[in-house]
Amino acid sequence: MMEIPLFLRGILVITGKNMRLYYTKPPVLMFGLLFPLFMFFAFFVGRHLDLPSFFPGFLAMMLFFTASSVGPLITPWEKREKTYERLLSYPVTQDSIILGDVAAGAIFGIGISLLVWIASIFFIPVTVTNMGLFTLAFILGTLSCASLGVLLASPASDSPPNVMIFSNLIRFPLIFISGIFVPLAQMQGWGLTLAYCSPLTYLVDLFNAALSGSSVFSPLVDCGVLIGVSVGFILAARVIQKRNLVKGM
Amino acid sequence: MNAIEAGHLFKRFGTVTAVNDVSLTVREGETFGFLGPNGAGKTTTIRLLTGVLTPDAGTVHINGIDIHRHPLDAKMQMGVIPESSTVYGDLSAEQNLHLSGKMYGMPRALREERTREILSRLGLSEKRHNPVRTFSKGMKQRVSIACAIIHRPRVLFLDEPTSGLDVQSRRLVIETVRHMNEQGSTIFLTTHNIEEANTLCQTVCIINKGKIVAQDSPERLKKMFDTTQSVEVSFDRTVPRDLFAADGILRAEPCGDKWRLYTDNPDRVLKYLVGRAGRESIGITSLSTSGPSLEEAFVQLTECA
Repeated sequence: MMEIPLFLRGILVITGKNMRLYYTKPPVLMFGLLFPLFMFFAFFVGRHLDLPSFFPGFLAMMLFFTASSVGPLITPWEKREKTYERLLSYPVTQDSIILGDVAAGAIFGIGISLLVWIASIFFIPVTVTNMGLFTLAFILGTLSCASLGVLLASPASDSPPNVMIFSNLIRFPLIFISGIFVPLAQMQGWGLTLAYCSPLTYLVDLFNAALSGSSVFSPLVDCGVLIGVSVGFILAARVIQKRNLVKGM
Repeated sequence: MNAIEAGHLFKRFGTVTAVNDVSLTVREGETFGFLGPNGAGKTTTIRLLTGVLTPDAGTVHINGIDIHRHPLDAKMQMGVIPESSTVYGDLSAEQNLHLSGKMYGMPRALREERTREILSRLGLSEKRHNPVRTFSKGMKQRVSIACAIIHRPRVLFLDEPTSGLDVQSRRLVIETVRHMNEQGSTIFLTTHNIEEANTLCQTVCIINKGKIVAQDSPERLKKMFDTTQSVEVSFDRTVPRDLFAADGILRAEPCGDKWRLYTDNPDRVLKYLVGRAGRESIGITSLSTSGPSLEEAFVQLTECA
């Protein structure tokens, strides 16, 4: 069977195409790069907070915004430019397109967040207590956030601004309920219940485990949830996009 | 072996049946024209044949490969030029071709060689490094065609490739289609231009309201309507349409400074025109008869279906 190598090649070529075409698009730079930086300045700078203890949350927020900002743009942009139909006529499947979009978001998230982490260690005294967990947090975090980005692009729309607005409506509330600005250990009642529902909570917790050695959940639970939501988001995106295609282009 | 085999394709969008039990076969090496009025189901059919859409029922085989069971293997056999010039505007012509070549797994050296060759043939060498978004519609369409043929596909699908193009671009597109066919590619072409189908295609298939209403060679299709011939006449002054309300004239259409009169009895119409012009002192500047046209066959088939 030559379909598996073809399938993998399709994912690679689509990932490369996405990296080349979409990393420098203004909505990606705005909502993926500038916005989390502004949030950091707004909440952490000049407030005499214990920056090292909030750093895992900031890193998770950075990774969340960067990795989930590429996905929502690609499909609506391609539909508007009418390149989506040509893409589907190449030797690729809808699955390879979805995975190529996830990979492009994940690579963007890893790249930018690593740069931020490297830059931060010169100003904030943070140490990594468990490098294995830290690497795992980066990989699973970017994967789950990039998958969320692709899921957010799945509703049938050929208008990138509409999809970006919709994706921000989903993404912004998540950062307030996921233990970034209020540590998870201090949350109670509804706030804690909501936090349990956010996948970002488990990423913040995993970064806490990797950087400070303390976490609310077991790292195994955090990893399990992040893997689970990644698979869930990809499957949901697959179902929605297939349903859209049944309805037409 | 047949290059394309479609069996009993159905596709519904909500309550509308866009493709209704379409079956067709295209022989290897053939240029196959797919005609139909707007909204007849041409583009949906081509999307089903190329695996872009999944049919509600029916099968499609490309060179014997079932496209819905083995989509990647089947798509490797084909090149597709969709309805709009769908290329990446932010990339240059050369980058678009390289991207397309990568999709088909072509090694870099081969991609470079073919890119040079195709861009030169399509008159795009000088602008190979310019972003495609700066190109005219005709140039974008040439890039679109170049992307579809870079891997020399065995089957080439073209959806209205000459629609809205200037004469020069149109000729280049037609030359490229002919060239690909001479090189052995099977061509599946949808077009509005009946004359184009008449001169390019060995077989013409006409679809209307999602159903195939005729499939044959252009000459045989014309013969189906050999009772309908036409008379072309022009006068030395403007005449009203009422002039052509006479026995034997089935339909009258203005064509520039002439009128084309469809009839099953040209002798009767000629005598009528000459007599009427004489009585009303109208000068006839030209008068000719012609046999049934593919256009007339198309109109008859799509009107009566």
